[in-house]
Amino acid sequence: MNFDFAVVISNAKFLLLQGLLGIGIFAGGTLRLAIPAIFGGFCIGVVLGLSRLAQRPLIHYPAAVYIEFIRGIPLVMVIFWFWFLIPVFLRRPVPEYWVALMAFICFEGAYIGEIVRAGIQSVPRGQVDAATATGLGYLQTMWSVVLPQAIRNMIPSLVTQFIVLFKDTSLASIIGMMDLTKAAQTVTARELRPFEMYIFIAVVYWIFTYSMSRFSRWLEIRMSPEQAPSS
Amino acid sequence: MLLSGFFGIPYEFRWSVLWTTPHDTWLIDGLWITLRISAISWIFAVLLGILFGALRTVPFRPLRAVATAYVEFFRNVPLLVWLFFWYFGAPEALPEPIRQWLIHHGMEFWCGVAGISVYHGARMSEVIRAGIQSIPKTQLEAGLSSGLSVSQTYRLIIIPIALRLIVPPVTNESLNLLKNSSLAMTIGIAELTFATRQIETYTAKAFEAFTAGTLIYLALCLSIASIMNRVERKFAIPGLIARAERAEH
Repeated sequence: MNFDFAVVISNAKFLLLQGLLGIGIFAGGTLRLAIPAIFGGFCIGVVLGLSRLAQRPLIHYPAAVYIEFIRGIPLVMVIFWFWFLIPVFLRRPVPEYWVALMAFICFEGAYIGEIVRAGIQSVPRGQVDAATATGLGYLQTMWSVVLPQAIRNMIPSLVTQFIVLFKDTSLASIIGMMDLTKAAQTVTARELRPFEMYIFIAVVYWIFTYSMSRFSRWLEIRMSPEQAPSS
Repeated sequence: MLLSGFFGIPYEFRWSVLWTTPHDTWLIDGLWITLRISAISWIFAVLLGILFGALRTVPFRPLRAVATAYVEFFRNVPLLVWLFFWYFGAPEALPEPIRQWLIHHGMEFWCGVAGISVYHGARMSEVIRAGIQSIPKTQLEAGLSSGLSVSQTYRLIIIPIALRLIVPPVTNESLNLLKNSSLAMTIGIAELTFATRQIETYTAKAFEAFTAGTLIYLALCLSIASIMNRVERKFAIPGLIARAERAEH
């Protein structure tokens, strides 16, 4: 019952450098996983989102099935699948960091694909008609009329998705990747102070996610043309 | 079914591991525990969500601040960290007799329920707050001016509309809860993901075990989603939901 938060201070360097940033002897780190994962996920998400909007069934259905499949299973399951399949396919052991990164890219891709689709669909049909009427081609219409508006609508959701991803990276600790959660587990195993340790990493996660959610709120107000949140 | 190899990689499929003893009941037991922990946590999460979601809209600042603090603190930290906290950390703060009692009465399960319901309660209250706030004030004014009392307006107009508006986001959030219950395996609750992992560990047949687990989750999520889709369509408010639906697809 007597708490000793000094244990946090003496282990803060390991937790923050190794666990959060991934600088140290272990490959890992929450931010080092989250940042490439969101970019990779965005690339896959754009392809999936556009494919799902395509008219041709051969492009439309695979994307739809992939998105619904990934969204219907827990992230832990996806991570386990990659953990098992990637070494089998590559025929050699793969570090946990790369397994986790690939799992997160494929998992986030499905969710970002839905954001991209919603963003493009949020552009009123009339915009496309007007662009066509002024003589723009398909690519010109997409590039200079639809996409600028779609991306503006997508950015708040993308920031939110990044917050979700940042929290989800804690699941990489299940397969043993050294992120903030795993670092806390490692320290707890030695110091036997779980209460202090988990409260500390909760606060670290909280600082990051809360500041990102404030940023997203600010962005949403800032980016709306009326300078006010759209109803 | 026996097949050698997939995608050119030698591998002997043995699907029978899923239904031969001693692993035959593991998946069913796991599924049962997944459903049980999800259902209990869902009830608590909805109660917390209604309480704090409503508190965030009341015109009394201190109450609003308490509700905001709860929501912002709990939903911004990963569920996994909360589970570890509730299971490894929080019991440290309890007096010894209570702790002993908990250990002898399925502590994992109730710590898992605590973690999932407090985390999802915070997320649920955001959904419910948004639902309440999305109803235009004019609805209340129209109700009052047509001669209804405040409680009648709430009972007959505001709450029915709010309930129908929040069906889609609450469904979504409930499915998240169901999927997130898989994290309970990390604190030793033998739910579905735990069971698939256990079959894999015992038989080294990872492909079969993960396929079974994946398909069960998929079937659960898709069937709940399609049932709720039907419910949603049945209770849709013509002018309001139709617009949201078009944006969705």
